[in-house]
Amino acid sequence: MASNKKYWKSVEELKDSPIVETLSKNEFVEEIATDKFLGDKETLENSSTTRRDFLKYVGFTTAAASLAACEGPVKKSIPYVVKPNDTIPGVADWYASSMADGYDFANILVKTREGRPIQIMPNKEANGTTSARVQAAVLSLYDENLRLKEPTKNNEVIGWNQAEDEIKKALVSLKNANKPVVLLTGTLASPSTHKIIEEFVSAYPNVKHVIYDAVSENGVLEAMQAMHGKRALPNYHLDKAKTIVSFGADFLGDFHGGFEKSYINGRKPETGNMSYHVQFESNMSLTGANSDKRVVVKPSNQVYALLNLYKAITGESVSSKVTPVDAEIKKLATELKKAGSKGVVLTGLNDKNSQLVALAINKALNSEIIDTDNTLNIRQGNDAEVIQLVKDMKAGKVGGLLTYNIDPVYTLPNTADFSEGLKKVSLKVALSTDNNASVDAMEYALPTPHFLESWGDTQFDEVTYGLAQPTIQPLFNTRQFQDVLLNLTGNSTDYYEYLKTYATNTVLNGGSWNTALHNGFYKKEITNATIETNTETQESVLIANVASQLVRATKASAFELNLYTKTGLGDGKQANNPWLQEFPDPITRASWDNYLTISMADAKELDFSNPVKDNGAINGDYAKVSVNGQEVVVPVMIQPGQAKGSIGLALGFGKTFGLKEEMQVGVNAYPLYANMNNIQYNVSIEKVSGTHEFACTQVQKTIAGRHDILKVASLKEYNTVAPKDHHHGWNKPAYVSYDHQEVEANTIDIWDEHNRDMGHHFNLSIDLTSCTGCGACVIACHAENNVPVVGKKEVRVGRDMHWLRIDRYYSSEVETREDAKELGLGRGDMYKALETEAENPEVTFQPMMCQHCNHAPCETVCPVAATSHGRQGQNQMAYNRCVGTRYCANNCPYRVRRFNWFNYANNEEFDFNMNNEYGKMVLNPDVTVRSRGVMEKCSMCIQMTQATILKAKREGRAVNTDEFETACSSACTTGALVFGDINNKEDKVTALVEDKRAYNVLDYLQTKPNVIYQVKIKNTNEA
Amino acid sequence: MKSVALHSKLAKVLLKSFTFILFFAFSLSTTSQEVDEARQKEGRKIFKSLCASCHKLDKKLIGPALGGIEQRRENDWLKAWIKNNAELRASGDRDAIAIFEEYNGSVMSAFPQLSDQQIDDILYYTTVGELEKKVVGPIPPSNPDGGDNTPKWIIWFLAGAIVVAFLMIASLLKQVNELKGNTSPETTSNLKRDLHELWEGIKRNTFLKVSSTIFLLLIGAYVVFGIIFKVGVDEGYTPLQPIAFSHKIHAGENKIECQYCHSSAKHSKHSGIPSVNVCMNCHKNIAEVAEGTKVEWDGMTYGKAELDKEIAKIYKAAGWNPETLEYTGETQPIKWIRIHNLPDFAYFNHSQHVTVAGLKCQKCHGPVEEMDEMRQYSPLTMGWCINCHRETNVDLKGNDYYDKIHKELAKKYNVDKVTIAQLGGLECGKCHY
Repeated sequence: MASNKKYWKSVEELKDSPIVETLSKNEFVEEIATDKFLGDKETLENSSTTRRDFLKYVGFTTAAASLAACEGPVKKSIPYVVKPNDTIPGVADWYASSMADGYDFANILVKTREGRPIQIMPNKEANGTTSARVQAAVLSLYDENLRLKEPTKNNEVIGWNQAEDEIKKALVSLKNANKPVVLLTGTLASPSTHKIIEEFVSAYPNVKHVIYDAVSENGVLEAMQAMHGKRALPNYHLDKAKTIVSFGADFLGDFHGGFEKSYINGRKPETGNMSYHVQFESNMSLTGANSDKRVVVKPSNQVYALLNLYKAITGESVSSKVTPVDAEIKKLATELKKAGSKGVVLTGLNDKNSQLVALAINKALNSEIIDTDNTLNIRQGNDAEVIQLVKDMKAGKVGGLLTYNIDPVYTLPNTADFSEGLKKVSLKVALSTDNNASVDAMEYALPTPHFLESWGDTQFDEVTYGLAQPTIQPLFNTRQFQDVLLNLTGNSTDYYEYLKTYATNTVLNGGSWNTALHNGFYKKEITNATIETNTETQESVLIANVASQLVRATKASAFELNLYTKTGLGDGKQANNPWLQEFPDPITRASWDNYLTISMADAKELDFSNPVKDNGAINGDYAKVSVNGQEVVVPVMIQPGQAKGSIGLALGFGKTFGLKEEMQVGVNAYPLYANMNNIQYNVSIEKVSGTHEFACTQVQKTIAGRHDILKVASLKEYNTVAPKDHHHGWNKPAYVSYDHQEVEANTIDIWDEHNRDMGHHFNLSIDLTSCTGCGACVIACHAENNVPVVGKKEVRVGRDMHWLRIDRYYSSEVETREDAKELGLGRGDMYKALETEAENPEVTFQPMMCQHCNHAPCETVCPVAATSHGRQGQNQMAYNRCVGTRYCANNCPYRVRRFNWFNYANNEEFDFNMNNEYGKMVLNPDVTVRSRGVMEKCSMCIQMTQATILKAKREGRAVNTDEFETACSSACTTGALVFGDINNKEDKVTALVEDKRAYNVLDYLQTKPNVIYQVKIKNTNEA
Repeated sequence: MKSVALHSKLAKVLLKSFTFILFFAFSLSTTSQEVDEARQKEGRKIFKSLCASCHKLDKKLIGPALGGIEQRRENDWLKAWIKNNAELRASGDRDAIAIFEEYNGSVMSAFPQLSDQQIDDILYYTTVGELEKKVVGPIPPSNPDGGDNTPKWIIWFLAGAIVVAFLMIASLLKQVNELKGNTSPETTSNLKRDLHELWEGIKRNTFLKVSSTIFLLLIGAYVVFGIIFKVGVDEGYTPLQPIAFSHKIHAGENKIECQYCHSSAKHSKHSGIPSVNVCMNCHKNIAEVAEGTKVEWDGMTYGKAELDKEIAKIYKAAGWNPETLEYTGETQPIKWIRIHNLPDFAYFNHSQHVTVAGLKCQKCHGPVEEMDEMRQYSPLTMGWCINCHRETNVDLKGNDYYDKIHKELAKKYNVDKVTIAQLGGLECGKCHY
């Protein structure tokens, strides 16, 4: 069954496009960049340099270069004056800390070298998880371009004390005049900061604290307050779930994240049970891609479907409408009833009434999966207050505005109103880490330290109290927000002392401050006292009323817009981070852009296309999208699995203020985000002229028709069928003919096998069932291995340097006419099959990196033996030996080798982090920065395995079980990537290699990789 | 009133200097008189071992200057103080308490183990001071232009004179020859003709032509490769450091353990250049070098005068005021010049070699304890690394990490000893990543 599947990477492949055909035969799409160094004919002819002159120059420069090379540069070595006791140059220190930037919240571990943070990893003891953005936040610390460096008043530098004195004076006079002042912050989730704000407000009673989330979760907060008396996000224990139904909630992607761990814990085929996950959505989200069944529904129908589900479960009759998916809903209702308390319904519709319906369904199910006691505090924004604030400002009612780490000028949908209102505010103070358009519009711009330079505490859920500590001396003349507020309140204690006293007295319960700080968190006992339910705010919710309101508010239209955030840029706070810009979207595989996702059917109707160019890049048309009078022009990307009549557009792009030119990409979608609602009705689309060039790695790195690179099976097959069964096996090895007999490809060899029982033998196991495609590992790999950023143009022509990529494959049972014939489909049926399959394909993610083949094809073709095999199983790459023939890349069946076309460090042409003094501080000193003309690839983090071995040797002990790690495996939240030594029987990976799900990609090539994949198991919910 | 006060002050100063001169005259006269050398030596020995970390004869250090202390204090009081000053203070001795307070309550250790005789010896030493050295003459003045005493131009001049003389003799001999009737043109034409014939012969003989071409090419290649392979190899690199720090004095004469200063070597990939506070551990008390210390530095000989200035550079870097004996807080890191530079693509870890393998630093860095001026001793080429890894046996005993691997290796190679190469120490990826 599984072997019938065809995997494809782009919609163009379905059209029998000749270019895709050509590309699939052309293993290596990159052309040599001759025009870069030779120039074209015209330029050559116009040149005034004659051949003789040219030779003279060449002779002179060669002679000069060789003369200069004879004298080595003098290197200074400057030791500390007083070396800190716990710092040893060359040895990494790890600190436990927390990240809370208003959008991303995580318990983290920070790796520092010589006092510089160089990597962020999840604090697994605190149950912490990291996303691509959390991983990349370490680079934002060194953003020389955007960080505020000195306190300024009207762009003139003033001292901190002067600034504070002036603001204090202004605040006092505003207090005396009884003019309202607003303190506008993002979600802080910090108990001590909230206490400081309370004290600030009691010192200045005219101050009001308003919380503003750029990407709002107001709907669920309101619903929770109404139903459970608590303005917080519900928590979900998805590991215990039997049936998960989601209506547009991207809980694996960007729905107030962190659920991927528990979700995957509930999906372990070894246990014989997996949760059954059905996703109703319009955009193809990461969650939908991972679901067992994905139902394509446009947003308005999602609302009706939700109501219909409520009806079906409770039997109550509420107003709703008929949808095309009612049959599915009926089936699901019985499923959910069967699951009972193990069932859960989530929705991502940011609307109080929809959320109320979902909560009511969970209540009706008596769901244990949703947790309304141990709630999450990571979104607290109040949209009504923010909208009121803008109104008041416009009316001249606001005397002062203090903002902290937000950018309303960029993120507000009605930014013109805000800017106009701001002119009527007399005291304008921005406290911010980064410079942005809003900071620029204020009178005072006060720099606050990055979270890696700050003290702090966090309370993401009710039980985990997190602490944050500085991991570097402040880079600029910054002062913490809390310190400024304390000073303005007239409290002379500094924030560190305040925090310590607060934590010791109110939280730690007699526990040690040092221990809590060392661990980075403190687990509180959850008691009834911590569950504060405010019965006053609790409303008696009548779903019938809610439903009729919902039906009235939902204005189904020809096109409906679903705004979303990407796993890369999120709300756009880190838009100046080159790692995140170059991070390909997990679904579309496009980097450096946002775009309108549209269904294939709509694209056909409106005449949009994504032609593939001969260099493997794809182009797109532009569309003008208008919503409620707001218009934006965006490029169009045809997205398989997009609901017909719906379009998607990512927020967080199109930021321009202060950004480097290369980073000013995409289109700002916030103007369309009216009332902070992610669903917008009454959308019209119109094709406009122009061609957009995408930097998309989708068609590049083609698999050349080797479809068996992926293996997917259903849970039923997994439980009942023998994996290697000759007919129905779901993990059949490849067979080859040997001596006129069919034998397993793995059993024969043209090379002699080395003895690998001795010492360590490293293997990496990748569980395709557990991989959600989130991409945290990709950024972790960047940070660990100094992977350069190459920019949009270079990515477009397939010269990205990612050592680890996550391939996304669409699959369908029927793909071509031949398949249809095989299945015996008639003409009409065939077309229908082709279309419907592509309308909603299955998605599989496959992390792909160097497979470290024991019989590596790359090693045998290198003319200078620059790549060779280590006894520990790693395929090693000696950069200093490589002469850049690229034979190895051509001979690699996995297409994982990357060539340095240019010098990416210290090069004005690639003005990213490796071209400035601050950005270079993030480089890992243990890994070489590669120069032009050499090949590079995944090293299986040999610097980390070597360091682990050395540590064991120094301590005179054997390496502990599961002590070996790579950057990707330690960043992986769900445990999909497991690394270890298979010569240690206790290591987790040893059992995984022998697992019945284990397979090698393209095993018939007999490359014998040291990377093992585990067959993806989907729960198709068959009996 | 004012003038009177001034007058009296002046008188005081005069009186003080008079007594000072008198005292010096006295003490000088005592030293010039016969000194009990044995007693002085004994006292000096004890003083250096027990007292010198806090006291000097002529300068205040942590404690007061002790030169001529016997003139200022009673012998019995001194004995009581030295043996147990805390007890003396506890007994309510006013002088003792006053001194204790003058030095901000820093406690002097008690020395109950010292006998009266030993204390007397120390006191004798404080009174007579250092013995004048009789044998050692004055240090020859260092020459700022060059290391040798003879200027270079003289050598050149002499060499030139010899050449000129040689040429003169040659021309004279030639003239004599001509006068004798032997015409010189013939001889030259003979020689020319011979050479010409040889050349013609070579040109005609293909074998000779080919073999000499090959020979010349080989020579050329050898020379070129010899030059190219030396590029970037900095064996013997001796950059001029900002401070004339002598490893010979520290590691050699004073036998300071290498890792006392290079303390990172056992933990880290870097051996670590000591931070200035490590220097100050000792140099807080060592403001000047001993008489007669000499350091060969940059082709010159540094004597006490120069070396004391070098120590002052540490004080400047650490922000230490040697007069007030306090830190000023104005620090200035020392910009040493790195001698051992590995290229960025080569990974080397000191702790692997120092802690795990237990190598002596000298194995790679040479006889550092004999070097005044530090230089790169080894070529630090890949061939040099590899050779050592090929030849060196790994000590597998006593480290649990190697236990399992040792058994397996012993089985595989049928030997008890394994080299690093056999452990995979020659793999590219072990040093290049």
